[in-house]
Amino acid sequence: MLSRTADSLYWVSRYVERAEYLARILEATTRLSNLPSSYGGAASEWISAVKTAGCGEIFPQHHDSATESSVHHFLCFSPDNPSSIRNCIEVARSNARAVRTALTSEMWDALNGAWLELKKYDGKKLTRDDYGRFIEFVKALSLTFDGSAYRTMLRSDAYWFSRLGVYVERADNTARILDVKYHVLLPETEKVGGSLDYFQWTTILREVSALTAYHWVYRESIKPWLVADLLIFNRQMPRSLASCYENISRFLDAIGDSYSRQGPAQRMARKTLSTLANRKITDIYDHGLHEFITDFINDNNRLGSTISEQYLI
Amino acid sequence: MGANRRMAAFDEMSGFDGATRDAYAKLETWLKTTPPEEFSTRRSQADVFFRRIGITFAVYGDEQSTERLIPFDIIPRVITGPEWARLDRGLRQRVTALNMFLKDIYGPKECLKARIIPDDLIYRNAGYCLQMINQPVPHDLYVHIAGIDIVRVDADNFYVLEDNARTPSGVSYMLENREVMLRLFPELFAQHRVAPVENYPDALLATLRSLAPRTAAKDPNVVLLTPGQFNSAFYEHSFLADKLGIELVEGTDLFVRDEVVYMRTTQGPKRVDVIYRRIDDDYIDPLAFRADSVLGVPGLISAYKAGNVTLTNAVGTGVSDDKAVYSYMPEIVKFYTGEEPVLKNVPTFRCREPDALKYVLDNLGDLVVKEVNGSGGYGMLVGPHATKAQIETFRKKLKHEPEGFIAQPTLALSTCPTFVASGVAPRHVDLRPFVLTGSDGIRCVPGGLTRVALKDGSLVVNSSQGGGTKDTWVLDA
Repeated sequence: MLSRTADSLYWVSRYVERAEYLARILEATTRLSNLPSSYGGAASEWISAVKTAGCGEIFPQHHDSATESSVHHFLCFSPDNPSSIRNCIEVARSNARAVRTALTSEMWDALNGAWLELKKYDGKKLTRDDYGRFIEFVKALSLTFDGSAYRTMLRSDAYWFSRLGVYVERADNTARILDVKYHVLLPETEKVGGSLDYFQWTTILREVSALTAYHWVYRESIKPWLVADLLIFNRQMPRSLASCYENISRFLDAIGDSYSRQGPAQRMARKTLSTLANRKITDIYDHGLHEFITDFINDNNRLGSTISEQYLI
Repeated sequence: MGANRRMAAFDEMSGFDGATRDAYAKLETWLKTTPPEEFSTRRSQADVFFRRIGITFAVYGDEQSTERLIPFDIIPRVITGPEWARLDRGLRQRVTALNMFLKDIYGPKECLKARIIPDDLIYRNAGYCLQMINQPVPHDLYVHIAGIDIVRVDADNFYVLEDNARTPSGVSYMLENREVMLRLFPELFAQHRVAPVENYPDALLATLRSLAPRTAAKDPNVVLLTPGQFNSAFYEHSFLADKLGIELVEGTDLFVRDEVVYMRTTQGPKRVDVIYRRIDDDYIDPLAFRADSVLGVPGLISAYKAGNVTLTNAVGTGVSDDKAVYSYMPEIVKFYTGEEPVLKNVPTFRCREPDALKYVLDNLGDLVVKEVNGSGGYGMLVGPHATKAQIETFRKKLKHEPEGFIAQPTLALSTCPTFVASGVAPRHVDLRPFVLTGSDGIRCVPGGLTRVALKDGSLVVNSSQGGGTKDTWVLDA
């Protein structure tokens, strides 16, 4: 297939995944910030949301303070934010349009329909309820788009590149949550600071839609090191780093097999996957959770560029 | 303004006298007996359908939006079997002549020697491409995909309004309009025997494959080259590539090495044999033509001249789109085919000729004046509908550069019943059939794109100027 087509498929998926991630951050943060301050609800959650969204640097250039309304606007619609949900949907749709023929009509319908729906929010002053509906709409988009891809695409390189986009983006998103929140995810050996942090942990789980999953996996009350374990190592959890890399490696191998040629991207993915398979959460804490996450984010970015050099340009 | 000067027009449904023509009898009953609410439901369903599939169209110079729907009218336009048989014969004849004419003017120039057409009309023609002189093209064919615009004036007479031998567009609307009609009104198709158009993509693919250079592999790699998604016809490019199962490429997806064209794929370079290009000559290769073009492929023309790739349509076909050349088409058809032309030309005044210019200047209010190399309804004066100021502007233009213009009498284009705000009313229509020429013969699916001028009395059907479209039914006799 054309390199440009593969590139667009990959980025369409990345942008849709990113839009959903932003929606989840907003949803979880709204819930946390509504709690009384004695339970951890605090205005500072909004700046944390901005950082988790990866906008820690550009947000202050446009807003003096991070409030519920400024952050909602910035992350959902602001033209000043290249990764706003609206921009994600617009870029995804524009990429999709350029390679319309490589998508199934269901996938195109999902994106084009969302893009048309987006216009309804243009220039409107949104209430809290409106934002709530908007968040639901974005989550529904990613479910429909992803589901359409899964249910309707031929299992060929087009599908594999589109899946790669989902998982490379998702790995980045989960790692970013860990990067911003690592300081509340203390190891078992540290004394935990009381109930305040409890709501931080549940917020993290909500951001990756794993609150219920946590209980099914660990069958105990929420412990910060287990939250970290779930997000990093648990292969049953579809947003964990390990699960993302299992998929990245699988789809890269599928591409490599069908082209009868392996390359640096396959090797890099396999290396990261084996690191995730062979380490334990206690080792990570011994070496520093923050260092681990920083390295992971850098490696994941490098994998992204390698995939691009190997196939997309 | 135009209202009091309007000519009586032939109506496709009710002729001149109001008596319903046979071909439209069942449609008329349908229009009369269907409740109005039903029609409005169906019309909005059609609208939703077009919007969902993304069949949009960009209008240059329109800052409101880059994507817009072309209005679709649900009342079909009907052509009888015998009428189509004659059109089909005329179209094949005309396209055959166009190909022979282009081969001749880029080769031996017999038509100039025989004084069929004045030399300077070719040599000083902006569409005449010097690089193509004595340059063989694969299978000696130039116009592989032609859109011939046809208008009707009465029960018997069809005229060719213009030839589009460069990159005619609109065929996706022909196909999608039919799909929508089949979905919305299956019962109408049960009552009429409508010739199908859905085989057009197959016919196009067969044509393109037949045009591969003789040196190409047995299974030639055919691609469609688009200027990209901001082009007004991008939807059509992507639609056709999908239907044909060929790659939709942009200039940056292709490169030329050792006079061979390759496309960049995830598995490395892959050789390209046939390029159905939807980019104009000027932009196709910055090394050969406009150096500022970012849409084209550097070196493409060198590969083309080396015979390693086929471009459809060939480079340099614009010369036959010229409206002054058009005026010689009856002679051209006769010269190359030895037959009388089946399809008539609209009588045309060549403003380059002093007598004609004088007549045109004296009668601007009654004539349609067109730029010889304009398209899309731009740069055109419709005398009877123009303001005094517009007429004076054209008078100046004509005096300044008479050879840049032709003029034609304002034809009373046929009308067809159409849904408008006030109900059903007659609106002027034209017809663009698509004619495919491969090394294995000519293919022409029955029908084409019917364009309709939605404004009352307007004769401008171009979608860029607010025209709409209809499904076109050729009835199986």
